Amino acid sequence: MASLNKSTFFRSLLSYLPIILLFFSVFNEFDFNYLKLDYFSFNFIFILIFFWTLRNPDQLGYFAIFLAGIINDVVIGIPIGISSFCYLLICTITSYIRQITLSPKFINDWLSFIIAVLLINSIQVIILDLIFLYQVDYMSYLINSGFTFLFYPLFFILFNILNSKISLKKND
Amino acid sequence: MVKGRDDFVIALRSVFLKKKDQQKFSLISLIILSTIIIILSNFNFRPIQLVKLGINEVIYRSSYIVSVPENKIKEVISEFKLHFDFYKNHQNQLIKIENTDEIKVLNNILIAENKRLRELIEESINSEDIFARVLIDRESPYLKSIVLNRGTKDNVKMGMAVMDRNYLVGQIIEVNYSNSRALLLSDLNSKIPVVIQPPFLQAVVSGTGKDHGIIEYTKDEYKENQIENEAVVYTSGLAGIFKPGIPVGKITNNSEQLSFYSDFGQLSFVKIVEFKIGEDQ
Repeated sequence: MASLNKSTFFRSLLSYLPIILLFFSVFNEFDFNYLKLDYFSFNFIFILIFFWTLRNPDQLGYFAIFLAGIINDVVIGIPIGISSFCYLLICTITSYIRQITLSPKFINDWLSFIIAVLLINSIQVIILDLIFLYQVDYMSYLINSGFTFLFYPLFFILFNILNSKISLKKND
Repeated sequence: MVKGRDDFVIALRSVFLKKKDQQKFSLISLIILSTIIIILSNFNFRPIQLVKLGINEVIYRSSYIVSVPENKIKEVISEFKLHFDFYKNHQNQLIKIENTDEIKVLNNILIAENKRLRELIEESINSEDIFARVLIDRESPYLKSIVLNRGTKDNVKMGMAVMDRNYLVGQIIEVNYSNSRALLLSDLNSKIPVVIQPPFLQAVVSGTGKDHGIIEYTKDEYKENQIENEAVVYTSGLAGIFKPGIPVGKITNNSEQLSFYSDFGQLSFVKIVEFKIGEDQ
């Protein structure tokens, strides 16, 4: 009986893990740069949203993503709505890829990811720089995009393991 | 060709309007909602400002609680670094202590002289200090700012100086009821009027988005390498917001780079200061 309860709890925790990770990362706005390396930063949230909305959209609701964007804007101090808009654009791209792809392949996802990241970061820079007149460091954005692209395979493997565990539990 | 275009339109319609089983909102409705929020947040309507303040209050507090584990990791890393640099720091401290007594004596006479001269020109500088704890220090690649646990209820106002001990670290840019946000000097949008001493040159310190600042809008004399090996940068007080003479950082080796005195990544308690310049006591 105890093991059954434990298993139910573990199952729920696993299925909520993507959403927990999303909110945990927007509240922290972490870039994993504890070593204070110059320029090193990557956008974990982009990777998370891209992977889950592409591979298992049922685990990450659009409204949760929208809320996460609002929180992210408040935490980092940029005008409210910008991150939500950018995150939802990622969802649009992944949804489109899902519509036009029959069998997903990692390399296709990865290449689409760099296009998505460059597009979203460009839109964010345009909104901040041209509409809200914030000075932004273009180089930081570019390097951030580069590292985000490079780190995608690593998180792809980790999220894939998690996704297969969630799917297994669902099919039990 | 027409068929291809039709497929594209069908795919797009499906992307924006179709809801999956678990999705309660369609993408298009949420995108429109976020666009409306972006537009509304650009206006200074009272109801929108109130909603924004409410959201800020809740999210800043929640973020502080969620950040506790990450802050602990940071503390541990910082402790490790401190232990590794212990010997080097100790040697530096010994050299500093040797010079401190000498500087103290000189400082006392300079303070007295400064006070007397200000009395002669009938100028006074009063300040009110509010001590605050740093709730969130998110040095994201986009904005270098900190969130403090003091707000309008503690008389914090826009534009007040934020200091770490006696060093300037930033300026208040957003005030909520119980918390506020300060823009750090290292942020790209930060610009502070300063003097470089020696040779007493007026300039502007701009943030670079990194750990250092940059000297701008100064005389050509500065660029012609006429500055001594090490120069200290103080606030000039020209904008009337900060008092003159708050140490900001130092320049070494004739560069345009300014090293801030304070480590912005290690701020846990700061002082929010309002200067009243030119008012007689």
